[in-house]
Amino acid sequence: MKSLADNTAGERSFESEGLCVLARRLNIGYDGEVIVPDVDFEVAKGQAIGLIGTNGSGKSTLLRTIVGLLPPIKGDLSVFGMPPGSNARRIAYLGQFHNSGFILPLQARDVVRMGRFPLLGLLGRAGKKDDDIVHWAMRTMGIEHLANTPLRFLSGGQQQRTYLAQVLAHQADLLVLDEPTAGLDAGGRDLYLQAIDAEIRRGASVILATHDIQEEANLCNQVMLLARRVVALGPPQEVMTPEALLETFGVVITSESGRLRVLETKHGHDGGQPAQRGKTRSGGP
Amino acid sequence: MDALITPFAANEFMRQALVAGVLVSIACAVAGTFVILRGLAFIGDALSHGVLPGIALAFLLGFPGILGAAIGAVFMIGGISLITQKSRLSSDTAIGLLFIGMLSLGVMMVSRSSSFSGDLTRILFGEILGIGSSAIFVQLAATVIVIAAAIICYRPFMLLSFDPEQAQVAGFSSRLYHNIMLFMIATTIIVSFQTVGTLLVFGLLIAPAGAAALLARRVEVMMAWAVAFGALSMYFGLLISYYFNLAAGPAIIMVAVIIFFVVFIAQNIRKGGAVDRNVPATTEGKMER
Repeated sequence: MKSLADNTAGERSFESEGLCVLARRLNIGYDGEVIVPDVDFEVAKGQAIGLIGTNGSGKSTLLRTIVGLLPPIKGDLSVFGMPPGSNARRIAYLGQFHNSGFILPLQARDVVRMGRFPLLGLLGRAGKKDDDIVHWAMRTMGIEHLANTPLRFLSGGQQQRTYLAQVLAHQADLLVLDEPTAGLDAGGRDLYLQAIDAEIRRGASVILATHDIQEEANLCNQVMLLARRVVALGPPQEVMTPEALLETFGVVITSESGRLRVLETKHGHDGGQPAQRGKTRSGGP
Repeated sequence: MDALITPFAANEFMRQALVAGVLVSIACAVAGTFVILRGLAFIGDALSHGVLPGIALAFLLGFPGILGAAIGAVFMIGGISLITQKSRLSSDTAIGLLFIGMLSLGVMMVSRSSSFSGDLTRILFGEILGIGSSAIFVQLAATVIVIAAAIICYRPFMLLSFDPEQAQVAGFSSRLYHNIMLFMIATTIIVSFQTVGTLLVFGLLIAPAGAAALLARRVEVMMAWAVAFGALSMYFGLLISYYFNLAAGPAIIMVAVIIFFVVFIAQNIRKGGAVDRNVPATTEGKMER
């Protein structure tokens, strides 16, 4: 494997190798405090990587570093051959929290339209093409009938669909999604999985943080198990062994007729014995 | 009907006051909308009081008050930015103390002047009835600047209001556009202090926009409502001041605040009847996360 130093020829050679994101000996964290050391991975064009781990395992930190919201503490990270944060037009990001969605006098359509802003820039005129894409994105997430509804009147799941439609409307080359299925109902989840599959087939790369080690993880070419360190990285079938998952979550995985269920504890990676061994989670879909 | 028009038809100073007031209302509506959307009410309050020492200094040295207000505002924005960067948790406390400190400093400075109470009243409550044509031109220019800033920065401002991180990732520096927004708010405050004073300008900044936020479903509509409420406050405030021989600035702000609470109460009464008819029924279950 070539090192990043060999790749300084820039964006062109980087992309001619089909690379989208490349991290080498990357240390990530906040305010100089390392949360996850020595992250090495790469994402090629049209490929997806899933980050799996408990709350506080470093998933969001890694995503926020990739989109340029956090500076890398050490090591190399390049996105489309450039430092993170320098390719806004090509990257769509779905964060976990949305500030003041409830006060804003915004209709769902206005929120989805924001997905076009990185391409339009400060003063670029939005045309029919943009309107069509916005409409398509809302239809894809099954919320076209809510287009004129103020955001504050939408349920949590409908808001999440709106934010996902915003991401789709960007038509980005790289989608960075932090727990995209949070709050979605079964229908929303299906639409989302279809949409992401279509994005990947369109040639977009996807990096997502998830708790869903079934459908969502299986969309991905690679899975990274995180527990304040990289526990494992590789194709889903190889990586998601019960042993590795136990180490990641610090909990027992129960298998019910081929379906895996994860029992999450608060500090699964603090070491020690899993607290809830053997209990199954009730009330699944 | 005459009673509503004659005071303006017969008096030059009333006409000028109305023109100045409407211009200020427009600037306040635009800036106030973003103050509400971004949750900057406290910073807006701090800015409006923090300009006082600048104005006082200008009065003492014989410069135009507006120049002093500008210097005071630049100082306040610098202070607020510094505080927000250095402390993430207790910035409210620090900003609050900064503006109280500036307020005290301003009053101390004015207390040196020979016509202490007269100057202080003028600064705190404005002198809209004594406004001159040159001040109106300055207000017109400032209103144009504020509108231009809002139009040019519409997208980053919307993203900032929605989620500052989303703005940053979308390629609009959240720090840069946050500061542009602060300067837009400051410009509004600086030119407004002559009409309603530094103590009351905050009311004109948020009361019309606040009432508008309760009614509107889109930002553009919210601004339009805010302009309408602001202009109405000016008009009726001036009339009340004229007929009852009351201070104009406080009368205007009183009307604006009353409008806000009328809308607020009407909204709550209406909501009491039908609970959120707009929310379509869903079968959203609690999904595992």
